[in-house]
Order: sequence, then C-alpha cells, then structure tokens
Amino acid sequence: MTTFIVRRLFWMVPTLFFVALITFVLMHAAPGGPWDRDLSTRQVDPRTQELLNREFGLDKPLFINLEGGNPLDSQFLNYIGGALQGNLGPSYRQRGMNVEDILFRPPEDKPVWQSKFGYSMRLGLLALSLAVLFGVPLGAIGALKRNTWIDYISLGVSTIGISVPNFVLAILLIVLVAGRLKLIKIVQQDWTSPGAWAVPAIILGFGTFAFITRLTRSQMLEVMQQDYVRTARAKGLGERVVVARHMLRNALIPVVTIIGPALAALVTGSFIIEQMFGFPGSGREFVQSISRRDYSMIMGTTLLYAVLVAIANLTVDIMYAFLDPRIKLGK
Amino acid sequence: MAVQTAPTPTALDPTSALVLSRPPRSLWRDAWARFTKNKLAVIASFVLLLFALVAFFAPLLAPHDPLKIYDGKGYLPPAWEETGPIGLPGESQFVFGTDSLGRDVLSRVIYGARVSLVVGIIPAIIILLVGVVVGLIAGYMGGKVDNLTMRFGDVLYAFPDLLFFIIVMTALRDTPAGQLMNGLVLLFVALAIVSWIGLARIVRGQVLSLKEKEFVEAGRMVGAGHARIMAKHILPNCLGPIIVYTALRIPGFIITEAVLGYLGLGLRPSTDSGDIFITSWGAMMLDGQSAINAQPWLLLTPALAVAIVVLAFNFVGDGLRDALDPRLRDR
Repeated sequence: MTTFIVRRLFWMVPTLFFVALITFVLMHAAPGGPWDRDLSTRQVDPRTQELLNREFGLDKPLFINLEGGNPLDSQFLNYIGGALQGNLGPSYRQRGMNVEDILFRPPEDKPVWQSKFGYSMRLGLLALSLAVLFGVPLGAIGALKRNTWIDYISLGVSTIGISVPNFVLAILLIVLVAGRLKLIKIVQQDWTSPGAWAVPAIILGFGTFAFITRLTRSQMLEVMQQDYVRTARAKGLGERVVVARHMLRNALIPVVTIIGPALAALVTGSFIIEQMFGFPGSGREFVQSISRRDYSMIMGTTLLYAVLVAIANLTVDIMYAFLDPRIKLGK
Repeated sequence: MAVQTAPTPTALDPTSALVLSRPPRSLWRDAWARFTKNKLAVIASFVLLLFALVAFFAPLLAPHDPLKIYDGKGYLPPAWEETGPIGLPGESQFVFGTDSLGRDVLSRVIYGARVSLVVGIIPAIIILLVGVVVGLIAGYMGGKVDNLTMRFGDVLYAFPDLLFFIIVMTALRDTPAGQLMNGLVLLFVALAIVSWIGLARIVRGQVLSLKEKEFVEAGRMVGAGHARIMAKHILPNCLGPIIVYTALRIPGFIITEAVLGYLGLGLRPSTDSGDIFITSWGAMMLDGQSAINAQPWLLLTPALAVAIVVLAFNFVGDGLRDALDPRLRDR
C-alpha cells in the first residue's frame, strides 16, 4: 500500500515537470517579450527593458546555461526551483506583485480563505456539496423506482447536465430566469451574503450533480442484482436496512472516490462561471490574465491547477483500496 | 463471412436438421436494428443531419448577409417583442434581433454552425488516424514501444485539457501558424493532440485481449504478416469501441470551441465576405455577454444552438454505444 502511494507520487514528478516544460515552451513561443505586450500603456524603452530583463533573470539562456558558470542557471530551471519553494515569479502586468501573492494572499487583516484561491476553493466546495446532497438521493431513488416518472426525471436531468456545458446552462438560466424575473443581479458585488453564492454554486455544480446522479443510479442498479442483497432480503432484513446498509454502502464506493477529482475539476473549471458572475476568485483572475497576456500569471495558475488535478487523481486509487477490500493495489 | 444459402431440406438429406433455418445476422445488422429502435437516437440523428445541412447551405438559408451592417438598427429585440430592453420594437425581418452593429443574429448563428461542424469533424478524423494506428502498434508490439507510448500518454492525460487549449491558443494565436483559417487550424491541432491518447488506449486494450484469440493465431499460422493481421483481423474487431469513443468525443470538441470562443481565444470573427467561416457560436456568446441587458437573444440564440447540437451528438453517441455494445447499457 505504502509502496503503491510512493510510486504514484513519484510518477507525479515527471508529469508535472512536463506540464511545466510544455507551458514554458509555449509561453516563450508567443511572439514578443513580456514588456512590450501591453498596448494600452506606455511602451518601455529599450534601456529599461534590458535592466528589467536582468532584474528578472530573463537575459539568461532558456534551458541550459552553456555560457560558462553554473549550467543549471537557466530561466526554466530557475523557474522550477522557485516554484518548488512556492515562488511563482513576478506578475508581468500587476507590477510589484508576485503570482503567488495574487493567488494566495488575502486582503489586509483577513483570514486565508479570503484570498483569490480561497474564494474559488469555497465556491468549489459549495458546488460539490450541493451536487452530492442532491445527486445521490436522486440517483438512488431513480434506481429503486426504475421506469417511474422519478426515474425518468433523474435520467433526463442527468443527461442534460452531463452533455450541456455549465456556462451554456448558466446563460440560459440567467437570461430566461433572472432576466425575466429580476431575481438575481448578474454581476454581484457583495459576496459576503450567502444568498449571492447560491446561483453560481448551483450552476457550477450542475454538471457534477448530473454525473453523480447517473453514477449512483447505474451503481445501484448493478448492486441490486447482487447475491448479497438477495441474501440480506432472504434472512428477513427490513427493506430500509437492505437499502441503506447493503446497497447504498456498496453503490457509493465509486461516488466517494470521484469526489477528489470532482472538487479539483470544479475549482480548476470555474473560471467561466466566475468571470460571468464577477466572482473574485482565482479563476476570474486567470481569465483576466489571459486577456492581459500576463504570461507568468497564466503559467503559475496552470501549474497550480495541474498539481491539484494530479493529487486528486491520485486520491482515487488510494480511496478505492481503502473502501473496497476486494481491490489489491500493485506490488 | 460468407452467407450460406441453405439448400431446401428434403427427407432424404441426412444433414437437413443442421441447416440454418434463418440466414445468420451480422453484428452490424444487429447493431443497426438496435440503433433504429432507440427513438431518441434516431431523432437526434435527424437533428444532426439538419445541422450539417444548415452549415453546408448557410448562404442559401441565411435571411441576411451575416456581415451586412444595418445602420441605426443595432440591438433590435427579436421580432415578436413590441418594445425591447432599449425601447426599440422588433422587426419581422430580424427574427432573433440584431447585434451591436445591426447585423442579423439568426444569419450569424446559421453561419456559426459551420465552425461547430468542422471543429467537431476534423479533429475527430485526426484522432481516428493517429489514435488507431498508435493503439494498434502499441498493443500488438507490446514491450518497450508499448511502455513508452503509454507513459507519454500518461503525461498528456495529466494535463488539464482546457488549460492546455487555453495556453496553446494564448501563446500561438498571433504566430503565422495560429492565423491559418482564422485560427481554426491551430484549434484542430490542439484538440487532436489532447484527444488521440484516449482512443489509442482503448484500441490498445482491445488489441491486448484480441491478439491472444485463436483466429489471430490461425491467421499467423497460414503465414499472414503483422500488418495484415492488424488490419484484417484485429482492427475490424475493435471498430465498435472506436466508433463509440469518437462519436462521444465530438460534442466535447464543440464545447471546447465554444468555451475558447467565449474567452476570446477561438475563431477570429471575420469581416471578409469571401471567408467560409464568418463567426462561431462561442465568439457570438462573447459579443452577447457584454450586451446581456440590451439584447439577451444575442447570447441566448448561440447558447441554445450549442445546447441542441451537443445534446444531439450525445444521444447519437449513447445510441451507438447501446447498439454496438449492449452490455454497457444503463451505464
């Protein structure tokens, strides 16, 4: 078990290294340098550019330093070294701010969860809780009452939720419901009231809700035919006990294991919803850094998200092994 | 497989009891029968046919030139509204109203279908070619080749899809390669790079189990070469999963284009009437986002179009899966 985890953790290293490498190469393939991209402001004169490049180490070779000195003293390796120590480098557009400050540092005198990333994390958690809270019962009831109206509702809702991307659903909901009924303001300014979080969280979590509904339903259908369920009934257990202790417990194993990746997907995939609702999270910051061509911001956020996804994927295999003793992990 | 024509059984023929009373039915005929029984999938197929026709015959179907600017008719509401949000009445010639410049929304949505169609089809063709060939070779050869490809695949798999597309489009959009076909070529390539590996894995898995089967051994015994065995004996037996995977991947491509367009990273909307691809649904939603109060239908029409087409693709994909692999039903 421990060796398995260690081996999987070890595999994350080359994976993340390549993610960083690909991102780095692509960012440098973009035409122009970091100082001459922002057309809206005054251009930086060549002398200052040179000094800036030296200040940020951008005059160094890209990958391997062959000009004498330390061969490891290159832009890419320095970036990796910095990233390992939690230093994602300066933002090219928000002068004087480091990428990690923008993402993780809360406003003065505020707790950590008030940071940009903290906001996204909380929105993701809220969306996930709603998805589980509604998805599991709907899927289970759908399976137990197969081919009734409630099953058709659970199937229909989950099909739409899985197929149609959440930002398209968001548009339909905002325009049709909110626009007509004047229920919600589209760009909320006050994120301290819990009510303001509800609409973006519901929309963000809808796809996950649909997926959990479908997964629970199909797992329940499978579990219902198992011998141990028949045995439980045969020995005279009440229907409630059979459903709760024998069916749900087994049917929910895959559901529990996808919770990690689902949360990672929600946190890293919320940028469009955040942008749409003016939500002050790291996703919106990411979208804005795209339009501002803030390469170090884009690169830092990508790396952060890739780490999140990699860890989440790792949790699946481990949780499976803990929850289902039938599964043996490799040597 | 040759269809045996049964001789008319006579009392004198001792083998008459063994003669097939019905001609054998091929897998494909069975699948076709199952598919056509699935009403939802059949309806969805017709929707997709309609979608393809609309894309193809856009110039004939569009009521207006999608680039024609009607002066002073910006943000007209849809035809059925007496007074729109900015006080102007709808005009019957603009069914879904006009955009900020006074261009017809319906005509632009019709032209947008073209982008979604090619974005769905062309990357699908690329991943079919690359994924099938790589999967066949990796699975059949095994050993080092297999290991290397699959490890490479792991790295690609770990990269969060959407982030990869965003980075590629941000970095390379302004390069000459990124401007081919208004940015579409780059989009095709990026979509294919991420998606071929999934198909390669499926094919590889199939090949691994198929290559141990007796008919492959028989083929080898009579002296068939590797290429012939792969193409004539193994490939036809994994067509089912290949078709299903590809069909279910297409809506993902269409969604990605819409997301990227919405972030301003997709197709560059064209102002040249000689272009085949004028605008995309994603790009229209980006336009509509800023006009959500003035002309909600600018946002709503492309969003509905995306939702319908994506749902239809999913229904057809699900129908194909149920038809080609009935064991997977209800999953």
